[in-house]
Amino acid sequence: MSIKEKQIHEPLFHIAKRDALPFWLSWLIRILSVVAALIACAAVTVVLTGENPINVYATMIDGAIGTERRIWSLFQNIAMLLCVSLAVTPAFKMKFWNIGAEGQVLVGGLATAACMILFGDKLSPVILYPLMIVTSILAGAIWGFIPAFFKAKWNTNETLFTLMMNYIAIQIVSFFTYKWSVPKGSGQIGVINASTQAGWLPNIGGSPYLINILIVAVLTIGMYIYLKYNKHGYEISVVGESENTARYVGINVKKVIMRTMLLSGAICGIAGLLLVSGTDHTITRNTAAGRGFTAIMVSWLAKFNPIYMVLTSFLIVFLQKGAIEISTIYGLNDSFSEIITGIIIFFIIGSEFFVNYTVKFRESKKGANK
Amino acid sequence: MKKFTKILAILLALALVFSFAACTKTDDEGNNNGESMTADVAEKGLEDIKVGFIFLHDENSTYDLNFIKAAKEACDKLGVEYVQKVNIPESNECYEAAVDLADRGCDIVFADSFGHEQYIIQAAKEYPEVQFCHATGTMAHTEGLKNFHNAFASIYEGRYLAGVAAGLKLNEMIAEGKFTADEAKIGYVGAYTYAEVISGYTSYYLGVKSICPTATMEVQFTGSWYDETAEKEAATKLISNGCKLISQHADSMGAPTACENAGIPNVSYNGSTVDACPNTFIISSRINWAPYFEYIINCVANGEIIATDWCKGITDGSVELSAINEKAAAAGTAEKIEEIKAGLANGSIKVFDTSTFTVGGETLASYKADVDTDAAYTPDTEVISDGYFHESEFRSAPYFDLRIDGITLLNEKF
Repeated sequence: MSIKEKQIHEPLFHIAKRDALPFWLSWLIRILSVVAALIACAAVTVVLTGENPINVYATMIDGAIGTERRIWSLFQNIAMLLCVSLAVTPAFKMKFWNIGAEGQVLVGGLATAACMILFGDKLSPVILYPLMIVTSILAGAIWGFIPAFFKAKWNTNETLFTLMMNYIAIQIVSFFTYKWSVPKGSGQIGVINASTQAGWLPNIGGSPYLINILIVAVLTIGMYIYLKYNKHGYEISVVGESENTARYVGINVKKVIMRTMLLSGAICGIAGLLLVSGTDHTITRNTAAGRGFTAIMVSWLAKFNPIYMVLTSFLIVFLQKGAIEISTIYGLNDSFSEIITGIIIFFIIGSEFFVNYTVKFRESKKGANK
Repeated sequence: MKKFTKILAILLALALVFSFAACTKTDDEGNNNGESMTADVAEKGLEDIKVGFIFLHDENSTYDLNFIKAAKEACDKLGVEYVQKVNIPESNECYEAAVDLADRGCDIVFADSFGHEQYIIQAAKEYPEVQFCHATGTMAHTEGLKNFHNAFASIYEGRYLAGVAAGLKLNEMIAEGKFTADEAKIGYVGAYTYAEVISGYTSYYLGVKSICPTATMEVQFTGSWYDETAEKEAATKLISNGCKLISQHADSMGAPTACENAGIPNVSYNGSTVDACPNTFIISSRINWAPYFEYIINCVANGEIIATDWCKGITDGSVELSAINEKAAAAGTAEKIEEIKAGLANGSIKVFDTSTFTVGGETLASYKADVDTDAAYTPDTEVISDGYFHESEFRSAPYFDLRIDGITLLNEKF
């Protein structure tokens, strides 16, 4: 043996990409990670509050589904997160890193708010609602299209581009919240058309949330069909697998990129519409509330499958609501709910690592080195 | 577009189905204008009362800390249950927080920030049996809801007295030869440009001017109630503009810290900042909310109706001054403040005495303010009579929004 060979130490362990796991095993790993996350969360909560873990879980469940209003609120939040997740999914499937959903939702919301403020008492609902729908979809689509156009034309980096578009959107919203603030100079718009409710999405069956939930349900099914059975959906997955293959089989990659981002932005615009016109009835810099980023995770965890995304967004929103309840009941700061959400997300993302990679330990038959 | 019309069609069809299926629930919405308006509040034992508080920020904000302390004090004193939600922004989240607290069985829901008001009103309409109280708001007297109430305090009195302390400090520095009387310029960091802030800095300035007549003031706005960096930068800018003393109406420690770093005297707000600024803190005025909290809790306990607009001042303990920091304050500050305070109490001194200020060079004899908030800000109420501006008398929240001479606004974008 040469000296060189002797000096090579096999590391204690190394990481290797593993073959696709059987379906049941990969899901077992994911479920176990959620269980582990819940145990870790309970441990943190017990340390901070001194409550017993069973009470902690009970409080979480109570916070999410304890009363009829909470159940509505839970499903409304799931619907909104799911809507943004649906929006980013086609782009991500195409390996176009659209992290600008936050901004696309905001401009969609701003377009809705603008229609409500400027035309709320001038136009009849027959014109106002279609105008709100069209402008919000257009605004979102344009916000999504700009980085796609630059990517297709000059191959700019879409991650940075979409991220920067978020800040531009936030600043534009800031500008208008000052411009339209009520009372003047207070820096906030407040409830738009509080007395006339012009431009508010109607309550269905007494619930202000149901219409959003229904629209998102329809969008979910639509997106599932689009990705799975439509030619566009197929083109998206081919471009995502390999742009060269796509080009080779005659797919116009640039066109697919721009078309997909138009769609992605348009759905974000709808999310903005639902948030502003359906529930919030106002716009602030924080209207999207980080959903644009959380949605990326929802979409990834569900492997870009809209039906699984219902489950992943349910999981995340359920846990968020539970964590907020714990911080309210035990008088903790609201940052606590962010800590809990952070722990859970850490575990879930960690589980994906073990699903995709395997850890190989150094085989011991060669004997101990030290 | 074709696809979209299809989706819309499916949606409308679904909507129709659901609206029929859920017909029975629609009457939930409608019952807030009918019997609830006439239903009187029943008496309740203190031990059964639960009060929910909504705060814009948490304990790190001087403004919210002032509320949080008072809320705990009042609830502990009366033995009622206390629930709080912190870091609730002025958006739909406030409505969510308010209905959640009502849903949780709170008898009173209180919110502390100006921008919370419309969301609280929205919640108040939905829960007519719960009392909703809101500090600094302007709409209770026009909204006509039995369960929605505004409150404020005559903080302009406290600001005026704090201004007196600042004026004494200026005079002391002039006497020491640090600068001439003509250079007596002071700085003020404000959050926004609406009446609450304008009323605050004007009363403070008038207090300064009553002691140091040559004083002028520059105001820099930050466009946020809590932005430590912006507040610090604003204070630093004012100091570099030559301001000899700084005060602020924004909620972080930004301005006091900047003053301590630069060795510039600071008149604080919402409570003493002497711990962080031992060398520069002079005095602070604050609203003591504990009397109000006790009042609303007792109202609910006794089945009495809470006042639509509640405003108490320095003689009622609702406005307070902190202990004076002898290290930074001018000699004789305590005595002078007591003297002026007595004058305010017996009515011989009016903060907004029209003979003490001019607007565009003119002394005002008449001014109509926008007391009943509307979209167009129509001036609706005559507020100057008997030689002074009647602040916080026609509604609790301030409506003094005159731009008086001697004060320069450096930026008005907010």
